[in-house]
Amino acid sequence: MESLEYFLPQVWFVILALFLFLYVMLDGFDLGVGILSLTSSSEERRGILMTSLSNVWDANETWLVIMGGALFGAFPLAYGTILQALYIPIFLMIFGFIFRAVAFEFREHANRKFFWNIAFGAGSFLAALGQGFALGAILQGIAVDDAGHFIGGTWDWLGLRSILVALTLIQGYVLSGSTYLIMKTEGELQNTHYLTAKISAVTTFIGAVYLTITTPIFYESARDRLFTQPLVYIFALIPLLGTLLIFLLLRSLYLEQERIPFIWTILLFLLSFLGLGLIVFPYIIPTKITIYQAAASPSSLVFMIIFIGFLIPIMLAYNIYQYIVFRGKVTGGNYGE
Amino acid sequence: MDFLSNPVVLSRMQFALTAIFHILWPVLTTGMAIYLVIVEGLWLKTRNPNYYYHARFWSKLYVLNFGIGVATGIPMEFQFGTNWAPFSQSVGDFFGSILGFEASMAFMLEAGFLGIMLFGWERVNPVMHYLATIMVAFGANLSTFWILTANSWMQTPAGGNFVEGNFIVKDYFQAIFNPFMLNSVLHMFFATLETSLFVIGGISAWYIINKRNTDFFARSFKIVLAVTIAVAPLQLYIGHSSGEQVYHYQPTKLAAMEAQWETIPAGQSASWSLLAITNEKAEKNPWEISIPHLLGYIIEFKPKLSEPVQGLKEWQPEDRPHLLGLIYYAFRVMIAIGVFFAGLMALSVLQWLRGKLSSENIWQQRWLMRGWILAAPLGYIAVESGWIVRCVGRQPWTVYGQIRTVDAAANLPPGEILSSLLSFASIYILLFCSALYFGSRIIRQGPNLELPVPGVDEEAGLDLTPAEHKPNRRPVEAQQ
Ligand code: HDD
Ligand code: HEM
Ligand code: HEM
Repeated sequence: MESLEYFLPQVWFVILALFLFLYVMLDGFDLGVGILSLTSSSEERRGILMTSLSNVWDANETWLVIMGGALFGAFPLAYGTILQALYIPIFLMIFGFIFRAVAFEFREHANRKFFWNIAFGAGSFLAALGQGFALGAILQGIAVDDAGHFIGGTWDWLGLRSILVALTLIQGYVLSGSTYLIMKTEGELQNTHYLTAKISAVTTFIGAVYLTITTPIFYESARDRLFTQPLVYIFALIPLLGTLLIFLLLRSLYLEQERIPFIWTILLFLLSFLGLGLIVFPYIIPTKITIYQAAASPSSLVFMIIFIGFLIPIMLAYNIYQYIVFRGKVTGGNYGE
Repeated sequence: MDFLSNPVVLSRMQFALTAIFHILWPVLTTGMAIYLVIVEGLWLKTRNPNYYYHARFWSKLYVLNFGIGVATGIPMEFQFGTNWAPFSQSVGDFFGSILGFEASMAFMLEAGFLGIMLFGWERVNPVMHYLATIMVAFGANLSTFWILTANSWMQTPAGGNFVEGNFIVKDYFQAIFNPFMLNSVLHMFFATLETSLFVIGGISAWYIINKRNTDFFARSFKIVLAVTIAVAPLQLYIGHSSGEQVYHYQPTKLAAMEAQWETIPAGQSASWSLLAITNEKAEKNPWEISIPHLLGYIIEFKPKLSEPVQGLKEWQPEDRPHLLGLIYYAFRVMIAIGVFFAGLMALSVLQWLRGKLSSENIWQQRWLMRGWILAAPLGYIAVESGWIVRCVGRQPWTVYGQIRTVDAAANLPPGEILSSLLSFASIYILLFCSALYFGSRIIRQGPNLELPVPGVDEEAGLDLTPAEHKPNRRPVEAQQ
């Protein structure tokens, strides 16, 4: 039983990471397209952008809901503490979600679309911003007592570093949105997004480099772990691979390939994710509470593996099916009016 | 105004506001989904394009609700953590897993097939499309099942015990099938279905009275009527069982529902209070009309009860639910609406049997149609009332008998909650007005009977390859 108490939380850590990664990968491009729509020059373009998401946005967002539910069930302590600590960023994100979700239908029916265009774009931005702040705050550390309950203040999450994390994440989402649009659009619109992809690839890279270099300094425990063997080799590999991927990405953008940039982008996200996961593990509230302390009872974890675990492949299957059904380019002039 | 500096009160207000607003939308997305399954099935069976147009028309209202349902559902889930952290931490073992199941079983099913149901008409073959519609309906109702399971467990916690304030599950089966679960799920299932039926019926009646597309809407009216024959009486019966379970398990709630101050001993006739003015300070009802024996009939189908009905005075004031008038009248409003629905159904069936509802002369039934238009919003009021009885009546407990609401709330700075509360209030007012505006626009526009019907020429073979090279767009009605 001893080993089970380590094994089960670890399994759930991996499952949660998987959900979070699926979310960031899928809703990342979704939010990115939303942010990009703020710069659209015409109503028609904006229509195409929204149409490219209309059949997937809900499923994408649902990965976050699943992540939330699974976190609640598997690590109740962390769920309560983190959400309470991040009250303001979470509600920023939620208000952003509300505006962008209703914008899909309301814009469709509205005569004057201006307001709902803003709701969609700004809502996407707000949601990404809230997530960035949340991520930044978690990496920065949350003040808790010995029992793991939150004891910090209202504005703890706000800091230079969390602002930087937020900006980098937004850049990453814009990059992901751009490469998605390269895949889904053609002509003029596609050209625009080759450009936005190049710009955001560079800005994301700068942010990521800065964060990577400064992490061990800001983040005490990470430093200790980073420089222990054999992890140090893995950690050394991640920045190298990252640089390589950025190079490949820029090259494929330069060659105007259509699908490859999206794949490189996803691999970039995956890589950063692995890096983060390795730094954070085995903590769920970094450097304070480990996954073992925060975990629900073993029977609960087993029960959840049975119910949720076996659904993962099924969920993936019908999600993929939906993407297959709606594959191909979104063409102009068919949305609205 | 000192409640403005009380985090518990503010969190309760925020939860109440967001829940009351959220539930407005799932009512149609779960109930109407079943109607959509029915009409699409009829279409596949008869190949009568009329049914196809029904599916298309009503699903426009459906999506409108769906978007807002998702948008307002997300704050619900995250609020357990942001505002009720102590509650989440102590019951997460069970309660959290249930929310996890809901998300991965129900929400993903809905979300995964909704795109195909709405935009896939030209991309997949009709059988595949029908499957998507069924999956959406199944997912929505599965979410009713799980969320009501979680809530029922808060009413009658079972299947484990509290160790140092944390709930540890012993027996999942018992916890899921807690005493309230089955009946509450059914009552909610029928509530969403019944409300949706009366919404569809009411809108159809509006068209009929205005002699617009009478043929078309006489059809939906009759489908609705046929289903309500079963639903309306069943709901009364299930509501009665809900009353019975409250009587057995939650005496404080029952006393509040009845505004009953004094205990009625077992074996004595229990009258049912019809109307009353309650006074919590004086601990009595200064004015009251009651019907003799009726409470006995409501709970046990006989005038005298086998167990006592405990009065509120049996408990200290801090152990009783407050807002007595609200609970008391919410309960009566719900019952009145349930009875009105059943009566309207019976009257309509009578006219149907007398042949007065044929599409030529149905518009002459002006009063009946007006009754249905009146009924359209009533289901929502009944649903909200039911939830008020259930959630406000559970006070002062969040988990009945185990966790008090004051201990369940996080100790947040009041200013923080106040700002999110006010943001919710203003955003939700905006959403509500916009939804009414766009909803009534869809209704005024009416159905589009010129849409090309998919797959009329081909047989509906099980060809699973989606049509290719069709532009990815909102299908035809976007071009109106
Ligand atoms: C009728 C049953 C019902 C009830 C009582 C509730 N909901 Fe709900 N909820 C649904 C029925 C539903 C639904 C029909 O499944 C929705 C509406 C539209 C939709 O997409 O799913 C939904 C959406 C929805 C979503 C978004 C799902 C997504 O991303 O697809 C969340 C997170 C919640 N709900 C959570 C809650 C919570 C925490 C509730 C408790 C207070 C709650 N709901 C009450
Ligand atoms: C004679 C008619 C009815 C009776 C006696 C009745 C009884 C009850 C009772 C006692 C409760 C509280 C359950 C609890 O606290 O656990 C309840 C809840 C509720 N009622 Fe009713 N009800 C009736 C009709 C209706 C109708 C017509 C609707 C809606 C169309 C409705 C919707 C609800 C809802 C949504 C709830 C809360 C969720 C649930 O308990 O499932 N009720 N009802
Ligand atoms: C969607 C329909 C629902 C409505 C309209 C509703 C309504 C309410 C209201 C009015 C309150 C405030 C009670 C008070 O403070 O006096 C409340 C509290 C609460 N409800 Fe519900 N509720 C709904 C569904 C649910 C469900 C499905 C759950 C759980 C799964 C739930 C869990 C809670 C919790 C945790 C609180 C806060 C703690 C408390 O005040 O006891 N509610 N709800």
